[in-house]
Parts: sequence; C-alpha cells; structure tokens
Amino acid sequence: MNESAVFWSRILTEVTLSFHIIYATLGVGVPILIMIAHWVGIKNNDEHYILMARRWARGFVITVAVGVVTGTVMGLQLSLLWPNFMQVAGQLIALPLFLETFAFFFEAIFLGIYLYTWDRFENQKKHLLLLIPVAIGASMSAMFITILNAFMNAPQGFDMVDGQLINIQPLVAMFNPAMPTKVAHVLVTAYMTCAFILASIAAYKLMRGSNHIYHKKALYLLMKLGFIFTVATVIIGDFSGKYLAEYQPEKLAAAEWHFETSENAPLVLFGVLDDGEIKYAIEIPYILSVLAHSNPTAEVIGLDQFPVEEHPPYYIHYFFDVMVMIGMFMLFVSAIYLLAIWRKWSFIRSKWFRFIVILGGPLSVIAIETGWWLAEVGRQPWVLRGYMTTAEGATTSNHVELMLILFSILYFILAVGSIVTLHRMFKNNPIVKEIAKRSSKGDV
Amino acid sequence: MSLEILGISVLWIFLFGYVIVASIDFGAGFFNAYSLITGKNHILSKVIKRYLSPVWEITNVFLVFFFVGIVGFFPQTAYYYGTILLVPASVALILLTIRGSYYAFESYSGMRGHKGYALAYGLAGLFIPASLSVVLTISEGGFVMMNEAGPQLDYGALLTSPLAWSIVALSVTAVLYISAIFLTWYAQKAGDQKASDLMRKYALVWGIPLIISAFGVIIELRSTDNWHYEQMIDLSWLFIVSGILFLATYWLLWAKSKYGLAVTLLIFQFATAFFAYGISHYPYLLYPYLTVHDSFTNETMAIVLVVAFIAGLCLLVPSIYLVFKLFIFNKGYISGEDETHV
Repeated sequence: MNESAVFWSRILTEVTLSFHIIYATLGVGVPILIMIAHWVGIKNNDEHYILMARRWARGFVITVAVGVVTGTVMGLQLSLLWPNFMQVAGQLIALPLFLETFAFFFEAIFLGIYLYTWDRFENQKKHLLLLIPVAIGASMSAMFITILNAFMNAPQGFDMVDGQLINIQPLVAMFNPAMPTKVAHVLVTAYMTCAFILASIAAYKLMRGSNHIYHKKALYLLMKLGFIFTVATVIIGDFSGKYLAEYQPEKLAAAEWHFETSENAPLVLFGVLDDGEIKYAIEIPYILSVLAHSNPTAEVIGLDQFPVEEHPPYYIHYFFDVMVMIGMFMLFVSAIYLLAIWRKWSFIRSKWFRFIVILGGPLSVIAIETGWWLAEVGRQPWVLRGYMTTAEGATTSNHVELMLILFSILYFILAVGSIVTLHRMFKNNPIVKEIAKRSSKGDV
Repeated sequence: MSLEILGISVLWIFLFGYVIVASIDFGAGFFNAYSLITGKNHILSKVIKRYLSPVWEITNVFLVFFFVGIVGFFPQTAYYYGTILLVPASVALILLTIRGSYYAFESYSGMRGHKGYALAYGLAGLFIPASLSVVLTISEGGFVMMNEAGPQLDYGALLTSPLAWSIVALSVTAVLYISAIFLTWYAQKAGDQKASDLMRKYALVWGIPLIISAFGVIIELRSTDNWHYEQMIDLSWLFIVSGILFLATYWLLWAKSKYGLAVTLLIFQFATAFFAYGISHYPYLLYPYLTVHDSFTNETMAIVLVVAFIAGLCLLVPSIYLVFKLFIFNKGYISGEDETHV
C-alpha cells in the first residue's frame, strides 16, 4: 500500500467529482426544463416559451460540453486511481456502468440532432420529440451511475469465500437497498437545482431593470417547477434517512452526532464538536427517531455499536446541516413566491425578494455538493462497505500529486472558459434582440 | 466462439470506430489550424465545421464505451493498465478535455478564427493519438516491471524505444491521412470544389509518410525479436490486402475520381490492418502478464453484458443512421443551405 498515493487519489477524485457534478447536475435537469418549456410553448402557441427552450438549449451546449469531458475524465480516473477497486467492480457491477454509456450515447446523438434541426421541421412537435430521448438519456445515465454508487454503499449480489467472489448476480447487485432512494434523490435534486439556477437568471434580469414579460413567464414557470421538485426532494430525503437508519446506521449516526444508541433520539442541528462534546447545538427532541423510523420513541443505533476505526469522520454533520437547511429554505422561498402570486402580493417584485431568488441557484448547487460529500465521506473508511477499504482500492503509482495539480489547473480553465462563454453568448444576444430578429422574419 | 473472443472482438470493433471518427476529428482540427496559418482557411473552415459540429459529442462516447467495456469484460485490465497508465492516460485526458470543451466554447460563443487558439487546438489533436498509442507499445511487453507494490512502468525504456516512436509516427500520419481523404470526399459532396482539391493534395502528401512509418513499425517489431512479429507473419496476407487497398485508394485520389469509393476502400484498408494487428496480438492483452483468457470476467457478468450490448445496439444503430441521414448525407445540410442551428 502506498499511503500518499491513497491520500492524493482521494483528493483528486474529490476534486474531479465536485467539479463534474455541477455540470452533470445541469446535464440531468436542464433537458427536462427545455422539454417542458418547448411543450408549453407549443401547447399555448406562445413564442416566448419556444424562445426559452431555444436559449436554454444554447447555454446547455456549453455546460454539457464540460459535463461530457469531465465525465470522461471521471470514468477513466476510476481505473487510473482505483485499479484494485475497479477490478472487483468490473466483475460485480460492470452492467450499470456499461448501460450508462449507452444512455450517454443515446443522449449525445439526439442532442446533436435537436441542436442542429431548429426550424428544419414544419411541425414543431416533431422537433420536440427529439428532446424526449435527450431527457430520458440524461436521467438514465444519472440513474445507472448512481446505481454503481449505491452498490458501493450497500454491496450485495455475490458471496465472498476466501477472498474469491462467487455466486455473482448482476441484477441483485444493481437493485440493492440503497438504489431506490439514491437514484430518486439524485434525479429530483438535479431537477430542483436546475429549476432554481435558471430562476436565478430570470430574477437577475428582472432585478437589473428588465421588465420583459419573457423573464416573468420564465420565473413563474421555474418557481412552480422548483417548488414541485423541492417537495419531492424533501419527501425522498426523508426516505433516505430511513434507509440509512436501516442499512447504514453508522452514516446516519455520524451525520447526526448520535454517539450512543438510544430511544427518543433528538435531532442535533448545527453546533460544533469540541473534544467529543457537542456545543452550541439545537436539539429537537424525538425528531431523529421520527426521521429514522417514523416513531418518536423508536431506538436509533448510535456510533457506539461500531468499532472506532469504522466510524465515518464526524465533520459530515456540517454537510448534513447545510444540505437540509438549503432544502428547507428553498421549499419556503418557492412556496412563498407561489402564494404571493396567488394572493397578488406585490413584495415578490421587490429587489430584496428577487435577490433571495437569485441566491437560490448557487445555494442549490452548494446543497448538491454538500449532499455528495455527506454521502461519500459518510461511507469512509469503506470503498465497498464491509468488503474493501478505500486504501485497498487505490493505485500504487507515485505520480498522483502531479496529476492533481494538472487536473486542478484544467478544471480552473474549464470553469473560467465556460462562464466567460456563457456570459458572452447571452450578453451579445439579449432576449429583446432575439425577439426583434424573429419577428422581422415573421416567426412571431 | 467463446465469450472472451466475442467480448474482445466487440471492443476491438468499437475501438476501430473510435479510431476512424476520432482521426477525422483530430485531423480536421490540424488542417483547420494549418489553413489558418497559410491563409487558406476561407476554403476549409466551413466544410470542417459543418461536419464536426453535430458529431463531436458522439466521437467522445466511442472512447468511453471502449474503456468501460474493457473493464467490464476484462476487469484485470483495470488493475494492470490502470496502474501503469496513470501518467500517459491523464495527459491524453487533459488534452481531450481541453479540445472537446474548447470546441464548444469557440463554436457557440461567436468568437471564431483566433489563430493561437486554433493552433493549440490543432496540435492537441495530434498529441492525443500520440499519447494514446503508447498503450500499443506497452502491450508488446518489456516496459512493465512487477514488484511487490504492483506493476510499474519503465518510462526511460519507453521514451527511448524506437518502436514506441515509430508507432507514434504511424498513428499521427494515419490520423492526417484518414482525415484528409474523408474531407476530400465530404467537401466534394458539399459542392465545395476548392476545399476538396486542397484536401486531396493533403491526402496525397500524407499517404507517403504513412506507408513509410507502417514499414518502420514492422521493421522495429522484427528487430526486437518480438513474439508478436512471428504471429504477424502468419497473418501477412491480411497486411498485404491492406497494402493493396492503400494503393487503390491512393490511385483513386490521384485520378480524382470516385472519392466515395476511396473513403470506403480507406476504411477497409485500416480495418484489415487493425484487425490483423489485433488478431496477431492474441491471446495477450499485456505481454506477458495478461491474456484474454485469464483476465476475463465471470461468466454471469459476461452473458449479461452481451445481452445489454445487443439491446444497446438496437437503440444505437437506428440513431446513428438518423444522424447520417440528417447531417452527413443530407445535401441541404452539408452545403449550408439551411442554417438551422439552435
């Protein structure tokens, strides 16, 4: 074992994944939103929604490009940094990985067609049909890759006898207990995040003084969708908690700083851990028992049931807090917005409220990041829970540090490049200009 | 046919697909940069962009498919090649990433034709096949040492190996040759005679170093008393077929006739050489540590993967056909009549 290679491999994987998931999340969620906007546009015969789909699709190309290339990097890095793990994973769970590439292929093909056939079909509905495989492909590839991750959390579908793997059942491995909640949570939070990111842009335009009906329509549509997806996120998040209590209690216990197994377990919010003492925390009685078992008096397993070397790092508690708080906050903001629209309250047009909506996009991205850190760090020290530690899976090569530096520079360039390109793209072609251009062609 | 032969054949076919589509892509980037420097880009840029734009993402997937497939069918390759290739594969990845993303950045932001950028893009395209072809050299054996920590790559031996450099030369010239012929045909189909003539010239130029470097590789393999060379001799007829196809393609180009046929012959030429090379490599994936047989995955997984593969192809083949119908073989699209980009 090469201690430093293990450490640097973890860092490099973390950097790559943290960068990739921003673009990957956009890649999963945005096609659905484009599809909805395009559909609303056709249904209501409203050119604004069609334009929305078109402009989002244009921006989407840039993010998808970064998503594709960093996804390729991640895919190969799995073998380059974790060769021992991949050797085992190849025997056990190559199927979802393989299916993911097909979903990805499918998406790539139809996205290319969708992008290059605007105005080519007499019937707009035909063009909309092209987007269905894109949206399905994007969600399916997220699903398959999440299945692989779920397997790492809850390995099953094989027997290990004297270090040899026998009785392999690929489908049992795929449909592991972690899979339903993980896949559902990943998909729905991606949709939610994308809705709030695009809502941020609309709110930004409105705050900066544009009073165009296009932005108002966009904001209303996105907040409505965002609300629905956030409700779904909260519900599925609750299921995820119950899954953890049942199958991965050490992760839940570490996230909640629940050190001793007990009944009537309180939920610990915020606070700091100082020498094993929880300070400045808010404790809500019974809620952890409710979260884990839907029963305020139920027993929740604590970290005392696990040997210390198998405890996940306790700092994942902070990730949990951030993720949950942002989720709740966004639920609240979108609910208030919809209520205000219904009751015709005018404060949602105020600067401060629009500013809050603008914050929604970046906050949702932070929630995605912290959520993944919670999930991934929370299964340390295992790479395959119960079977293989992270250290056993890593490469033995001595050059990982250098690669970390190179890839970090690369991601920095990609981040700057994509932001500059997106900014330039929309600055040079504002909505007013595009509408004017299209009406002069007689399309509106 | 046993499952492992089926598995490696499927992967080899996909790798061949990647080699062809990626060559067109990489070569196009280079020719675009070269034409910019020589002031001929007004002739070439349009045709190149028309072809590349809708397909650049698909090209990438071929590669992903290959490396996911090989880990699935032959999990031990992850252990050996994963450990050894950290540096060369990472370099190739970084180049691919820059190239792929910047293609999108430039195309969609409305800032085309930056010279320095186009040059970097073009050169990156040539370094990628060079860095990827290192795998071929390593697989011949002699560059990997086993110690208690695992396999280690001998960089010194690799960088000073004439075989490694002749394989690099072959891969780079092949990229340029394939790309030039394809674009000759594509430009002619688009009705762009000037671009077609220019690409034809490039194709004729690059055919010569291609054939020299092909012989170079054979000579290098032979002089190192290589196990692989012996097996290649047994399949020499396939290499000869490939050579004849090369001459036929070259002659068609020379005679300025039937570019469509030339592209077909070109693909067959590379297919025969590629498969002859692959078959003669049997049974080793990495000489002498890894064979097709001992690295094969368990039978259950193999069967499931084959089923998934067939199901995937049922989706893929019609979709790719659709792309061809809409873009590559669509007269309106390639000649730029309908500008229907998002």
